[in-house]
Amino acid sequence: MKNNYDILVIGGGPAGALAAKTAAKAGNSVCLIEKRPAIGTPVRCAEGIGKELLKEYIKPDPRWISADIESARIIAPNGTAIRLDQDRAGSEVGYVLDRKVFDRELVWQAAEAGADVIVKTRATAPIMENGAVRGAKVLSAGTPADIRAEVVIAADGTEAQFARRAGLDTTVPLREMMSCAQYLMTDIDIDAGSTDFYLGNEIAPEGYLWVFPKGDRTANVGIGITGRKSRDGSRAKDYLDRFVAKSFPDGKTIEAIAGGVPVCRPLACTVGDGLLVAGDAARVVDPITGGGIGNAMYTGRLAGEVASKCIEAGNCSKEALMPYDTEWRASRMGMTIERNYKVKEYFITLDDTKLNTLADSIASISFSEFSVAALIRELIKRNPKMLLELKALKDTLA
Amino acid sequence: MSTMLRINRDKCGYCGTCVAVCPEDALELIDAYLSLERECIACGICARACPLGALEVVHEE
Ligand SMILES: Cc1cc2nc3c(=O)[nH]c(=O)nc-3n(C[C@H](O)[C@H](O)[C@H](O)COP(=O)(O)OP(=O)(O)OC[C@H]3O[C@@H](n4cnc5c(N)ncnc54)[C@H](O)[C@@H]3O)c2cc1C
Repeated sequence: MKNNYDILVIGGGPAGALAAKTAAKAGNSVCLIEKRPAIGTPVRCAEGIGKELLKEYIKPDPRWISADIESARIIAPNGTAIRLDQDRAGSEVGYVLDRKVFDRELVWQAAEAGADVIVKTRATAPIMENGAVRGAKVLSAGTPADIRAEVVIAADGTEAQFARRAGLDTTVPLREMMSCAQYLMTDIDIDAGSTDFYLGNEIAPEGYLWVFPKGDRTANVGIGITGRKSRDGSRAKDYLDRFVAKSFPDGKTIEAIAGGVPVCRPLACTVGDGLLVAGDAARVVDPITGGGIGNAMYTGRLAGEVASKCIEAGNCSKEALMPYDTEWRASRMGMTIERNYKVKEYFITLDDTKLNTLADSIASISFSEFSVAALIRELIKRNPKMLLELKALKDTLA
Repeated sequence: MSTMLRINRDKCGYCGTCVAVCPEDALELIDAYLSLERECIACGICARACPLGALEVVHEE
């Protein structure tokens, strides 16, 4: 094993893959390590992504697209459905991916660009010198080694232990950790072109339950609830089992997964001397949707770009790397996360009666735009009597 | 009496949710094996967050 690179990337998810690909393309020597023995498995994702967002990073390929989505439904506790249709909206909705193949494709592209890829290799601690990250101590299939690098890009997902051990606080507060469970189910009656989101404190307290089609009669059926609502007898798995028993009693589960989605604010700072943090590790998941694939690719690519520039300039200090942090915060992604964080904080205060009232008020609307902002604008317009209450929501648009 | 964290490996889905909420960085996911690597303060936050109920703080006489 080579033990000296320009850039070391920790984690082989979408963030790590884009970081490695970008940095290798810029001419750097790059190593990507992944602790699992296989890229992409087990999947910890509902696999939904917007079409426009995806296309910014990769050309859609049927090899890793499970379903083409034309509409979305948000279903209130009383069953009222808010519908968003591609035809009416005039904008594209999304895909449900096959991440086992998708994640491999991304890492493949990084390898093709020249990055070394090593699986079953876990970073156990940063190599620190005078407060700066200079690489990582790793266990490669049980054998300890040091891998040195000018810059380490920590893309190690929810666990985010690398940045934590380099001195950044990555701990997710219990109330902001979505505790999730999901079944890949088959032989179920679903609309194969629609992603469905179920809301309500009985169904999914402080979160939602999703049915994302993976093809005819097959779907990712999953749920996320906040950590503070999770207890014995009312955990994510318990809520999911209750929904499945009621809605898909004859369905067959061919894969069962669990996972955590951080919906806290992003890390206060995502750089250090010789260190960049990207993707879930930086806590850049959308707090409303829990979507993080696109944001992982965006921050991964940006981290690869900024690291490359700093290496070329011969300065990888925190100060030199700071443009990474500044740029993503000012980006559309950064602003959307900030707004949606506030929207989430508002929505988790609503009881089922209020959720029903709000849903009823906009259920008949043909949405011309498929976005959180469009939904909020309509909610405010249609509920003049709740103006005071909706003020917090209105302020998020300012 | 001492308190400790018990991991039920048959329930564990090795997803890492517990790792991210642990205030002590005591847990570590080694492939499909959740390991208690460092000093645990038995605060029980991980047990709350676990989607599957695989973690339990137990009190031993
Ligand atoms: C149940 C669930 C449903 C979701 N649904 C959606 C969805 O529908 N749409 C969407 O956009 N997002 C969704 N997400 C979020 C999405 O999965 C993540 O945002 C995305 O995977 C983040 O990419 P990443 O590269 O940052 O991290 P990851 O994809 O988690 O990759 C991190 C990688 O780092 C590796 N690693 C960790 N520690 C180390 C170490 N010390 N050394 C070496 N390697 C290490 C891990 O094994 C992992 O492979 C969902 C998440 C969950 C849990």
